[in-house]
Amino acid sequence: MQVQEIYNKLEKQFPGKVGLFRGDIFDPCLNVDAGAIVEVCRYLRDDPETSFEVLSDLTAVDWTKKDDEKIQVVYHLFSYGKRHQIVLKVDLPREAPRIATVEGVWKAANWFEREVFDLFGVDFVGHSDLRRIMLPEDWIGHPLRKDYVEQEEYDGISTQRAPLVEKLLK
Amino acid sequence: MSEAVYPQSEVFHTEDMTISVGPQHPSTHGVLRFVVRTDGEVIGEAIPDVGYLHRSIEKIGEKCTYHGYVPYTDRADYLAAMFANQGFCMAAEKLAATEVTRRGEFCRVIACELNRIASHLISVGTFGQDIGAITPFLHALRERETINDLMEEICGARLTYNYIRIGGVGYDITQETCDKILTFLDHFDPIVDEYNRLLSYNKIYIERLANVAVITKEEAFQYNLVGPNLRASGIKWDIRRDIPYSVYPELDFEVPVGHGEKGTLGDCYDRYWVRMQELQESSKIVRQCLKMMPKGPAISKVPRKFKPPAGEVYVRVEAPRGDMGYYVVSDGSEYPYRVRIRTGSFTAMGIIDKLSRGIMVADLIALIASLDVDAPEIDR
Repeated sequence: MQVQEIYNKLEKQFPGKVGLFRGDIFDPCLNVDAGAIVEVCRYLRDDPETSFEVLSDLTAVDWTKKDDEKIQVVYHLFSYGKRHQIVLKVDLPREAPRIATVEGVWKAANWFEREVFDLFGVDFVGHSDLRRIMLPEDWIGHPLRKDYVEQEEYDGISTQRAPLVEKLLK
Repeated sequence: MSEAVYPQSEVFHTEDMTISVGPQHPSTHGVLRFVVRTDGEVIGEAIPDVGYLHRSIEKIGEKCTYHGYVPYTDRADYLAAMFANQGFCMAAEKLAATEVTRRGEFCRVIACELNRIASHLISVGTFGQDIGAITPFLHALRERETINDLMEEICGARLTYNYIRIGGVGYDITQETCDKILTFLDHFDPIVDEYNRLLSYNKIYIERLANVAVITKEEAFQYNLVGPNLRASGIKWDIRRDIPYSVYPELDFEVPVGHGEKGTLGDCYDRYWVRMQELQESSKIVRQCLKMMPKGPAISKVPRKFKPPAGEVYVRVEAPRGDMGYYVVSDGSEYPYRVRIRTGSFTAMGIIDKLSRGIMVADLIALIASLDVDAPEIDR
C-alpha cells in the first residue's frame, strides 16, 4: 500500500487528528495529534490493509529552534506482511511533555518508551513500568535534550575532567 | 542435650528468594544484570537491569562530524563493528546522495560477512559454554582468531574496525588477502560439520535446548524481535533479501528459518540452528564476492567537509543480531542533529521478563544465550 493511500485512509477515519503529510522525503511521515496516538496506532495495526504488526523504532528528537520548540516523538511502523513502512510524529511541548503509551498496541514499546523517558524526559501516561533504563534512578536531567548540562558530581564522584593537554602543561 | 524446638511455622516457612544474576556473571555476555525471583529452581520473574555500559553514543553523535562519528559507531556493537559502520555510512550517503564505488560495495560485503561469521562463532561458542560444553567454545575462538588476523590485514584492526567510510571503504582488499580469505573459507566449511558433530547433534545439548523458551510468531512481532531470533520463529525475513542494499541482490544465498528442528518451532535450539546455517551462507556470499569483485577505486571522492542537506533518513542493515536501524536527522550543518541507533539486542532484552516466568534457572541461561544479546548493543 502506498503511503499516500494510508494517509488518505487515516484522514477519513480520524478527521482533524492527522496532518502535515510529507511524501516527498526518504521516509514519508505524517503528524498525529498527541491525544489520538493510541487509536491511530491500534487502527494501523488492526486494519487488514495496513496491518503494521511491528513497531520498528520509537524515539524522540529535541527541536530547539526559536518559535518552533518541541519534543518530537517519532514512531517507525513496519509491516512484514505488506512490506511497507510509515513514520508517525507527535509534537509535544518541551515543558513537561506527556503522551499516552502505546504499550498496549505493541509490547516492544515498553522498553523504547522507558528509554525516551530516561533520555528525553517524556512522560508516557499509563506505562506499566516507567523507570529510568540507562541511567541510575537518581540521575538528574535528560541527556539527549539539547540544553542538557551534566551534573558536576554524582554520588560524590566528579563527572568533570580537566583537559589532558592542560594537565600535562601544568 | 536437648534439641531446640522451633515453632512449626518457622520450620516450614518458605519464601521466594531474590537473587542477582550479574553484572559480572559469565553467562550474561557482558555487563548486564537480572534480578531473579525464584521459588527453588523455578523462576517467578527475571527483571533485566541494563545500562552498565551506557556510553551515550547517540549524544556523542551530535558533537562529531559525519566522518568523525564513524569510529564511534564501532563501539555500538564491538562484536559486529562492520555493520554498525555500514549502517551509519549508508544513512549519511543516502542523505547526501553520495555514490559508493562498485569495488567499495564488494569490499564492504566481504568484510561484513567475515564479521558475521566471527560474531556467530562467538554466539554459538558461548552458547555451548553456558550450557556446560567448554570445548566447542575453544574451537570457535580458534577459527575466529583467523578471521581477526584477516581483518587486521584488511583494515589494521582486530575488533573496532573503522573500515567502512562514507563513500566506500578505507582500504582496498589486495589480491593477496583475497587468496588468504579463500584459503580460510576452504578450511572453514568442513569445520562447520565438525561443530555439528561436536555440539549440534550432542544429545545433552539438544535436551537442554529443545522446547525451551518457545517464542511464537505473534510474540516475535509484538516484541519486535529481529534477525536470527525472528527467523527462528518461522518468519522468512532478511533485510539483505527483502529490503536489498549494497550488492546483495546480485548474490545468491539462502535465508535459513526455524522449522522446529528438534522440538517446537521458535525454541532455543531453533535459534541456535539458524545461526549455524547462517555461518555457511555467509561463507557462500564471501566466495561469490571474491569471484565477482571488479577492479576500480575502493572509495569515491567525498568532500572532507561533509554537509548533507537538511532531512532525515532511517536505514536498516542486517547485522548478526538482526535489523540494525540508523535514524539520522540532518539540519544541513556539518554535525548530525540527531543520531539514533536501534539495535536488535535492545528489543530482545524486553522479551526475557515474559519468557522467564515459570522456567528453570538453568533454562534462563539458555534463553539469554539463545537470544544472543550483547551488552554494548543494548546500552549503546
